[in-house]
Amino acid sequence: MKLGLVVDLDVCVGCHACAVSCKQWNTSGMSGALTDYNPYGEDPSGVWFNRVRSYEVGDYPQNKTINFPMSCMHCEQADCVDVCPTGASYKRVEDGIVLIDQDKCMGCNYCSWACPYGARELDRSTGTMKKCTLCLDRIYDERLEEVDRQPSCVITCPAHARHFGDFDDPDSNVSQLVRERGGYQLMPELGYSPTNRYLPPRVTRLIPTEDVSKKSLISSVKEWVNKMVER
Amino acid sequence: MKALPEFEKRSQQEVKATTCYMCACRCGIKVTVENNNIRYIQGNRDHPINKGVLCAKGNAGIMKQNSPAKLHAPLLRKAGTERGAGEFEVISMDRALDILEARLRHIRSTDPLKLAYFTGRDQMQALTGFWASQFGTLNWAAHGGFCSVNMAAAGLYTTGYAFWEFGDPDWDNTKYFMLWGVADDHASNPIKIGLEKLKRNGGKFVAINPARTGYQAIADEWVGIRPGTDAMLALSMLHVLLKNDQFDWEFLIRYTNAAYLVVHTPGQIGHGLLLRDEAGNPLVWDQVKGMALDGTQPNISPALFFEGEVQGQPVKSVMVLIAEAYLDEQYSPAKASEICGVPAEQIERLALEMAHIAFKESIEVDVPEGWIDWAGRKHYKFIGRPVSMHAMRGISAHSNGFQTCRAIHFLQIMLGTVDVPGGHLAKPPYPKHIPPAVKPAKDCAPNTPLRTPPLGFPTSPEDLVLDENGKPKRIDKAYSWDAPLSNHGLMHMVISNAVKGDPYYIDTLMIFMANMAWNSSMNTAETQQMLVEKHDNGEYKIPFIVVSDAYHSEMVNFADLIIPDTTYLERWDTISMLDRPISEPHAACDAIRQPIIKPEREVMPWQEVQVELGLRLGFPALTNPDGSRKYKDYQDFIINWEREPGIGFLAGWRLDEEGNEVPLRGKPNPKQWERYAEEGAFFAYHLPENTRYYRHANKDYLELAKSAGWVGSTKQIVIELYSETQQRFKLAGQGLYAGPMPTEAHHKERLSQYFNPLPFYYKPLEQCRIDEDEYPFYAVNQRPMFMYHSWDSQNAWLRQICAQNYLYMNRQRGESLGLADLSWVWVESHHGKIRVQLKLIEGCQADTVWTWNAIAKQAGAWGLKAGANENTKGFLMNHLISELLPQQNDALDGVTNSDPITGQAAWYDLKVKIYPAAETGTWPLFSTIKPLPHAQESPDLLRYQTHAAVNVVRSMEDVLERGSVHDGNRGTSGSKTV
Repeated sequence: MKLGLVVDLDVCVGCHACAVSCKQWNTSGMSGALTDYNPYGEDPSGVWFNRVRSYEVGDYPQNKTINFPMSCMHCEQADCVDVCPTGASYKRVEDGIVLIDQDKCMGCNYCSWACPYGARELDRSTGTMKKCTLCLDRIYDERLEEVDRQPSCVITCPAHARHFGDFDDPDSNVSQLVRERGGYQLMPELGYSPTNRYLPPRVTRLIPTEDVSKKSLISSVKEWVNKMVER
Repeated sequence: MKALPEFEKRSQQEVKATTCYMCACRCGIKVTVENNNIRYIQGNRDHPINKGVLCAKGNAGIMKQNSPAKLHAPLLRKAGTERGAGEFEVISMDRALDILEARLRHIRSTDPLKLAYFTGRDQMQALTGFWASQFGTLNWAAHGGFCSVNMAAAGLYTTGYAFWEFGDPDWDNTKYFMLWGVADDHASNPIKIGLEKLKRNGGKFVAINPARTGYQAIADEWVGIRPGTDAMLALSMLHVLLKNDQFDWEFLIRYTNAAYLVVHTPGQIGHGLLLRDEAGNPLVWDQVKGMALDGTQPNISPALFFEGEVQGQPVKSVMVLIAEAYLDEQYSPAKASEICGVPAEQIERLALEMAHIAFKESIEVDVPEGWIDWAGRKHYKFIGRPVSMHAMRGISAHSNGFQTCRAIHFLQIMLGTVDVPGGHLAKPPYPKHIPPAVKPAKDCAPNTPLRTPPLGFPTSPEDLVLDENGKPKRIDKAYSWDAPLSNHGLMHMVISNAVKGDPYYIDTLMIFMANMAWNSSMNTAETQQMLVEKHDNGEYKIPFIVVSDAYHSEMVNFADLIIPDTTYLERWDTISMLDRPISEPHAACDAIRQPIIKPEREVMPWQEVQVELGLRLGFPALTNPDGSRKYKDYQDFIINWEREPGIGFLAGWRLDEEGNEVPLRGKPNPKQWERYAEEGAFFAYHLPENTRYYRHANKDYLELAKSAGWVGSTKQIVIELYSETQQRFKLAGQGLYAGPMPTEAHHKERLSQYFNPLPFYYKPLEQCRIDEDEYPFYAVNQRPMFMYHSWDSQNAWLRQICAQNYLYMNRQRGESLGLADLSWVWVESHHGKIRVQLKLIEGCQADTVWTWNAIAKQAGAWGLKAGANENTKGFLMNHLISELLPQQNDALDGVTNSDPITGQAAWYDLKVKIYPAAETGTWPLFSTIKPLPHAQESPDLLRYQTHAAVNVVRSMEDVLERGSVHDGNRGTSGSKTV
């Protein structure tokens, strides 16, 4: 299995639901707590596994605003794993999820330097690195209804912009979406072969207007002839 | 696969359903609780509103529940200390209620108007309004006056419903969606769910907004309009539709008053009113009989266009007036473009695109069993025009918002998209007859309930709430000549008016969950001064201020008595069909909240407080003739109180005569709360297929609606393109009304000018009273979708997304003015100035600046610590906005800065100038609010978890065997970067 996420940039409105949902699930989850620094003071910050970046492309008035959620891509060529000196970071054989064994991690940060996607964060309170687990503690939990055995970010997304599945299965929802919508990897040129895919904005169809345009425009009330319409 | 450890001890967890209150969207949630702490909040998949999803706010409920700003006990301002100084003593809840009871008892038995009771973002106006009626004060309203009354009023006076709580786009069927103005998260999840459906179905999303943020980011087309000019855009599109003969004849004739005849006798009493027969029915010109007939009858063939003489009076049909008004050159795309800044070609194209979708891509929904129209005729199809719209704050918060919103509804009606498949659908209990048949209460007397609710829908000057001298009777001057259709009151004027004693002084101001000392008032700094203003004798001008809130807000600091509320996870609550319920277009729904977490503070839900006070004060509806209590408490009251037989606060699981559970109407069910709790905390009655569309003219629906108590009659709801109500007030302004008329010149002018039976564009009022060359920028604000409609500046997670707001400006415009990104600038209006940090962006119309509202907080409030960005860098635009019109030494100086029709606060009318600041940091700065007794120091480090983490251990064997697993082939195109 190659588990991962598809994020649909056509419908992501940048609402941060995924990020906060991730935070609330995971702070009591397998890598919790996700520490918050200065939560009520100056420059509050904390450990998050999923962050939404927003940026603009093009100059006004041809500008666009892009919301871009980013979490661990569960790369096939995961340098974060390669550089780990303790063996804490590893890619699971059975499903490709990249994990950190919190007991082995010494918080050296090598992995975060190796990751081009900014997916790994140091929890300064525990001195360990933390990251997206694809909600390992949800997706295999058979006590949850099947529909709930998905990452928290996917379940919560109000725009249904996030999809979870097995990229090894050509019939899975994620494989189909990638095929149909031209799903792409982020920065493939770096060679990490990220598992997660992004779906580009759909192309807006052109709406014809000739069939509702009058050649000689009406300029006064007098030009209308009443139609017989029964009330 | 290796076995995974047990991550969660489910036996120690409990999952309960309730309703979210992180904003006003009211989604269903399932809350997992572990040791009286929240493990997880998830959207309820069965819930009609959010269908399982949940927004950022809803996901941050844990931090709301654990906010250090929570109030812990009732507080009384310490004797001998000044109001606002933050010196409080802790008192018991009993004593707090005794104090309040005594004060209220005296007011009620002497002059009930001395109580002004105003509520904020609450969702229980049916209850608070009931309480005010029973108390007997006219001085009650909620926050709609500064939120969305323009939207509600324009809709209820036009189509019988409106946007948001009253209606939704038909997301499943619509092919073209136009979003007007700042609307992010009004509502939250439903719009996001809907936008995705629209895009998946290949529909087009057009966003009209000066800023390209939020939903606008995914719009297929962004229309960067100048704020406050949307009416011009809408009516110019209407102009294009008329010019190209693109409107829905059948819809107009069958479902609207477009063919009604209007008396055309300019300058005479009665001009512009509908021509009626002796029975009072409006007349149309019947083409078959060649005579005027009762236009409400079926099976006639009215002339849409008619001009002539009937009953000896010159008349024109409504459609003639519409064509004359909007074919006019002033609404041509070229002219409109000069005002709204949208290119003429774009205006024309958008109008025609909608016409194409409405008329060339119509849809039909088959109804095999048929649906029966209001006249008893059977049809087997619902014809759909799949163009839909949504509009909210960006339209509402202007002084021309009512007419602008009417203009948007006009587009919908002309295209035939009102309550049809693919169009904009009403949500039960809407639509109502136009306008709803409730008139505002006019009189009050000691110890006497009001005869009608404090808020209602005037249809003529006779309905205004004025004394014998024509002066306002309400403290907020609602239903006066200043704002005749102020259907939600003018909460934003209460403090200012009460302090001036205009129209009179009050005794007690009771505020629930509204931050009037900060972001919910225009003119914040002066409002804080007003709250502590004294008479010469040393008495406060507002003698007693009661505040109920769950958190330490800026307003709490100005209270004399604080009643601490529970959080949304700690109480029983109803979201009632008598209020604005959670219904969906095809399901009538209501909901409850149930306690999930046990509060460990001396707090009392405001719901309970109201019922308890009402019982103590002996409200007739709550007490038996012998004075004893009719209800034990809030829960008992909700179950057993009935507005009319069979109709109570909750519509689900009522009982028939045999004791079987029935929906919508029935006897009280003692187990009603339990049934809601068992069934996911909501009730949904799914409308039968034949009652899902054309409900304004759908017999089966109207009969259902009448039996459920939603409407008073099964008569067709005739959509009011032409508003006679508007014309009556206009005539009153012109001195041509046979009834009450204003005496002051400025009232006459305002009524003549702004009331109009057909919507039109006019320049927002503030902009007519300032030098626009001096203040070249429009300035608006909006809430980010992760905070909209929520209190959450204290939320430890949400403030990590944004703790400081900037002033956003178009980059090219900023550069042309020599203003650098992230520099500090002065922003100055006619009313004041602020120092703020600038951010240059592309997604901003060039004449507009905007910011996130209500990020800024006063130091010391909300549990925030010294140095919090909200205090030092965040800013409120409110300081620039006056609650009064710009001063010009004339009669309008004392008039509210609001829509002259509805009294909607016009806080988006603001214009400013911007210039570099030498200093940095936000200005003005406010003193630091003292901590409350019991307040715990907010933590510097937060490690929230409900149980210790269970790590997944990687075996040493695996480490040794595999080591690093990625020494294989690198991708082809790149090189290794590490």
